[in-house]
Amino acid sequence: MTDQSRPTDPALGPQSPSNGADEAIDGYSDGTAVKARSQWQMFRTKFFRHKLAMSSLLYLIIVTVAAFNAATIAPYAYDEINVAMASTGPTFEEWHLFGTDQLGRDYFSRVIYGTRTSLQVAAVVAVVSTVLGVVVGSIAGFYRGWADALLMRVTDIVIIFPLLAVLLVAAALFGQGRPIRIGIIAALFLWPSLARIVRGVFLSMREKEFVQAARACGARDLRIIVRHMLPNTVGPIVVNMSLVLGLAIILEATLAFLGLGVNPPTPALGRLIDEGRSAMQTQWWLVVMPGLALVSIVLAINFVGDGLRDALDPTQQES
Amino acid sequence: MLSYALRRLLITIPVVLLSTFLVFGAVTASGDPLQDLRQQPNITQERIDNVRETRGLDDPFPVQYWRWLEQVPTNGFGEYMISPRQILPDLQRVIGNTLQLVIAAEVFAFITAVALGVASAKRQYSIFDYTTTTISFVGFAMPTFWFALLLQVTVVQIFELTGVRILPLANLSSANPGTGLAWLWDRALHLVLPVITLSIVSIAAYSRYMRASMLEVINSDYVRTARAKGLSEGVITRRHAMRNALIPTITVAALSFGGLLSGAIVVEVVFGLDGMGQYFLNQLQRRDPYPIVAWLSVVAVVVMVFNLVADLLYGYLDPRIRYD
Repeated sequence: MTDQSRPTDPALGPQSPSNGADEAIDGYSDGTAVKARSQWQMFRTKFFRHKLAMSSLLYLIIVTVAAFNAATIAPYAYDEINVAMASTGPTFEEWHLFGTDQLGRDYFSRVIYGTRTSLQVAAVVAVVSTVLGVVVGSIAGFYRGWADALLMRVTDIVIIFPLLAVLLVAAALFGQGRPIRIGIIAALFLWPSLARIVRGVFLSMREKEFVQAARACGARDLRIIVRHMLPNTVGPIVVNMSLVLGLAIILEATLAFLGLGVNPPTPALGRLIDEGRSAMQTQWWLVVMPGLALVSIVLAINFVGDGLRDALDPTQQES
Repeated sequence: MLSYALRRLLITIPVVLLSTFLVFGAVTASGDPLQDLRQQPNITQERIDNVRETRGLDDPFPVQYWRWLEQVPTNGFGEYMISPRQILPDLQRVIGNTLQLVIAAEVFAFITAVALGVASAKRQYSIFDYTTTTISFVGFAMPTFWFALLLQVTVVQIFELTGVRILPLANLSSANPGTGLAWLWDRALHLVLPVITLSIVSIAAYSRYMRASMLEVINSDYVRTARAKGLSEGVITRRHAMRNALIPTITVAALSFGGLLSGAIVVEVVFGLDGMGQYFLNQLQRRDPYPIVAWLSVVAVVVMVFNLVADLLYGYLDPRIRYD
């Protein structure tokens, strides 16, 4: 901050929020214009006001609860064969909302089970890649050294090769299998982007006064990283996590579609689409319905991510 | 500038060596490269042992990798594991086909995205802006293969309703494509659906960038100056605002070339195109490490060149950036 800008700042500071907060005053019972609010409170109010993000979050919660209770929610088992109702389009009759395939298996139930697989994979990817990205990124940003070198080399590899090609080789090597396995394989290639973001924030924060103050107080490195620097990185980390979730769902579906995903007979949305492909000209629902489920989930995740980004961005004033 | 470019290209060499080494190991470990041979009738155990012997398949994979690497400078990428065919001609053919697809998609995506981005930035918060924003969100959330299948269904439905065969659904050419212009037209028609499919995600991404940077530029001082001195709105948009707003979009477009190749794998599978993605998957299924490693080396160089072009373009378009 230069000296010239300093005098204007305090003058602007109290003024501009009070202008914008005029409407908000009504919301407070005691009528005070300025009320102390924690970061968390500010984030909460901003996020709750984001209608699209809130309704998307609601949708995601419903879908997740339904998917993980598939056995009770789904009207049929995913492999239940009913030849009498084979190849029926979407109908309310016997609750075949998404239609049935050539064997009479209920696609609504299969989509619910498939969604569970997709969500499991996505959750594993998000957790593993976030942990890896945060650990490597913060070590690289704080100490430089080997972690930095490792991060840069891995990033080189990730930048140079098409993600899907590398993922296909890895999936071929470690084999298809349970969702957790696919998730870990995908996470191994998705962490560098987050690590680079964390590294960037850490590099710029390392020399800031509050870090030096913490060090002067005798705080050890681990404490500085965990208590002082990471909380200031939460925004980018959370936003990246939502991006990775969406990407992971699409990647898992693509792998399943190419025949390298979760083992059959476990339904996965990508495989459902692949299975419906041969009959899609006469039975469009076999392809359209699982795809719609997939798109709506990814869309909702992206909307939530958008809302999070807006809410976590302290430079963005409430309107 | 030149030394910067050279240095960037030189960095690629160890990266390519290391990653091809790892992938070679991965592919060798993941399955039996002789499975195809074993399944063929009239193949004696003697023949299998012979291949095993000449290819040195019992050696540890670093030794195998080194043997492959050694012959690359003199022998191109060598032969396939079980047949005496050269890899290079096949690779050249599929790369040519894929480049047609990818470049057409990139050009189409870029032009569309710039037009959409500029238009929605000029009318921020209008219905048009909201529509393009929504569509790009959906485009972003859509798996490529699903969109491809939807296009195929649509085209077939149009055919069944009207009897008009508007576009070919698969393959790169008709059975009898003709020559010269007729061939070109035939190829172009075959590429329409794949190009639309492949570019949809890129359009979604680039148009967001274009809109954001255009908004930033529109509100800048020099655009206000241009407007104040009475220039027409069209001139301001085209000559003043758009040129600067293009810079980040061009960089993003060049950097996402590797991503387009990922998309091409899927598109080629759905539309049955004889391109790099299909080739890669086939070789992966056959567990033949040689063509896969060759494929990766070529792709790495292509992507690296595109990244370099992106960097240099960035410096050229924005003179404030200097490389040293």
